[in-house]
Amino acid sequence: MSWADAFDRVPPLLASHIVLAAAAMLLGAVIALPLGVFAARHPRFGRVALGFASIIQTIPSLALLALFYPLLLALSVQALGFLPSLLALALYALLPILRNTVIGLNGIDPAVIEAADGIGMTRWQKLYIVEAPLALTAVMGGVRTAAVWTIGAATLSTTVGQPSLGDIIFSGLQTQNWVLVLTGCFAAAGLALVVDGMLAVATNGITTRRRWLWAIPLAAAIIVPAAIVASRSKATTTVTIGAKNFAEQFILARVIGQRLEAAGYTVRYKENLGSAVVFSALGADDIDVYIDYAGTLWANEMKRSDVPSRPAMNAAIAAWTQSTHRVATLGALGFENAYALAMRGDLAKAKGVASLDDLARVAPSLTLGGDLEFLDRPEWASIRKGYGLSFGKTRAFSPTFMYEALKSGDADVISAFSSDGRIAADGLVVLSDPKGVIPGYDALLLIGPKASGDARLVAALRPLIGAVRVEDMRRANLMVDGQKLSPEAAAKWLDSAISKRP
Amino acid sequence: MSEGKTNHGPAVALDAVTKRYAGGGGIADVTLFVDGGAFVALVGASGSGKSTLLKSINRLVVPDSGRILVDATDVSDSESHSLRRRIGYVIQGVGLFPHVSVAANIAMPLRIAALRQAQGDREQRVAELLDLVDLPQDFADRLPETLSGGQRQRVGFARALARAPGLMLMDEPFGALDPVTRDALGRSYRALHDRLGLTSIMVTHDMAEALLLADRVVVIDAGRIVADETPVALLGGAGGAAAQVLVAIPRDQAARLAGLRT
Repeated sequence: MSWADAFDRVPPLLASHIVLAAAAMLLGAVIALPLGVFAARHPRFGRVALGFASIIQTIPSLALLALFYPLLLALSVQALGFLPSLLALALYALLPILRNTVIGLNGIDPAVIEAADGIGMTRWQKLYIVEAPLALTAVMGGVRTAAVWTIGAATLSTTVGQPSLGDIIFSGLQTQNWVLVLTGCFAAAGLALVVDGMLAVATNGITTRRRWLWAIPLAAAIIVPAAIVASRSKATTTVTIGAKNFAEQFILARVIGQRLEAAGYTVRYKENLGSAVVFSALGADDIDVYIDYAGTLWANEMKRSDVPSRPAMNAAIAAWTQSTHRVATLGALGFENAYALAMRGDLAKAKGVASLDDLARVAPSLTLGGDLEFLDRPEWASIRKGYGLSFGKTRAFSPTFMYEALKSGDADVISAFSSDGRIAADGLVVLSDPKGVIPGYDALLLIGPKASGDARLVAALRPLIGAVRVEDMRRANLMVDGQKLSPEAAAKWLDSAISKRP
Repeated sequence: MSEGKTNHGPAVALDAVTKRYAGGGGIADVTLFVDGGAFVALVGASGSGKSTLLKSINRLVVPDSGRILVDATDVSDSESHSLRRRIGYVIQGVGLFPHVSVAANIAMPLRIAALRQAQGDREQRVAELLDLVDLPQDFADRLPETLSGGQRQRVGFARALARAPGLMLMDEPFGALDPVTRDALGRSYRALHDRLGLTSIMVTHDMAEALLLADRVVVIDAGRIVADETPVALLGGAGGAAAQVLVAIPRDQAARLAGLRT
């Protein structure tokens, strides 16, 4: 993917990034300013409020965003996307504005306040004629800090499905596409610098009594996103397609998206959703359609630990999603993305390992590399128990780095996904499961309650059922993970491969 | 303008006023009557309660008990802010609003009272007040930070006089000034007091200043009035021990200065 392609993706994300950050700043300021005035007049309350705001600040922003999901879900309001992002970011903007408001008000010469009272100002007159203008420079310092923090943290809103510049950063990280990552980082950092600069100009305008300088950042905050949004808004039925955080999900989301666009729908993507939130998001109609895997739903959502045959499991899942969440399971795409353990071909041969039974024998002398999610999953527990596996060492890696670890010898065995393109490309051996303890991982197409009532939408997607072969999926995955093509390009290739087969 | 040469400011009466603070200090059972047009100095050491007494008149301090009348009206009858708009108030720190011009500072009491006044009238009033406190007209557009300490306090007086109050309350008004400026400004104010027929109550810890400016000196000690005499009577030895300790200082200084010449 070239720089030009990467930059093409920036404008709409920039617009929604600005809208989100500006809204969060506004909400944060609306709460923090009166709170700051009250806190300055009541020092005991002020200490409590500042302490509370400081505690919020110590919560990692990613965790803060994730915490709002179950909270909002419980209140049965929009739990994904704009609202949780807005609330989490506004909480973040609170502390610097609150703190600087208190500092600004406490810093006013007491003689000035006594004179204001002495000539007979009311509380409100004192606030807007004397205190507000004198505290403004300090308050604006807090607003600038909050703006930079908010713009930075807004990139994380991607993980709860709110489009932002984080979309291209996270997509780029997952597919090791550094052009995308850098583009996203530069755009976010540039935005922060520009906003900080404009706020500095506005502050300068206040201290030098040129009030019109205020107009610049205000106008920019309104005009820029409005212009971008106006240039692309079309009122049609919008279908939201969800995706988790890896290449296969990006590609399949776009195969679905391209088919729906061909059927006349407007399509929106919410990517990099966590495994834990994506299914509930579908049930709540925050997203309309996504691909999940049989074993994941079986273990995570249905809390089952038995391992039936693949068709029996798929049928049980379809019945369960429909009856408990009114989610339609349209069917299996035809390939599996199962958990598997893989080794380098030469090492497997040298140790004489072809199955998990063989592995159990030599495991104490080997190092396992697993992604964090895998090591925590019930599947890993049942593999370990089923075969009595005990590795010499276990190390956790981010999924994209595990294959590098295998090549470099930092790991001898890794957790892998059976549809991963790198299995064939790197000459890896997937160890067989003679005891059948690993559950089936058929890719299932799930449709939310609202969208499943749309017969035209269902008809447009039905041809995908049973049409995706594992070889084709591996190749498409390799295009993104290995050759750094965009998910769009890989999706186009995969769709044509699907159409060519009977 | 309301201040005619024959009129004079209101009388002030404190009747058994008490105010105690958690950390000590304040005033206890103070009764005091100030005639309209009088110039009274409240003298005492730091923490004697003289500022508490002054501020209870414009309700910057609310007494625990007792009554305070200005021109026979209880000060607690009207809202604090509207009471204060009728009383001039000058403090040691001046407290000019640093973000607005000298003219805007002087006109602030007019602005906050939302008087239906033409802009021209307000400008004319600012010009009169600048004349009244002997400041040049071109100071109007300057910011407070560009003025000297004495000039700032003149602006402070102009602001306090903007609505032509009959009563002026002053808390160490010359306390932060150098001796030359202090003397000049003190004389200027005394002249204004006479010309406008004001009632003036001034807190000071400087007995010399009190003796030279006031018609009547009230000495406060530990929250109580211990002496209430004219300057001449005090210099003549009246008022008791606590007052005489304070009077002794300028008298001794004057004697030693006289001694240097011979």
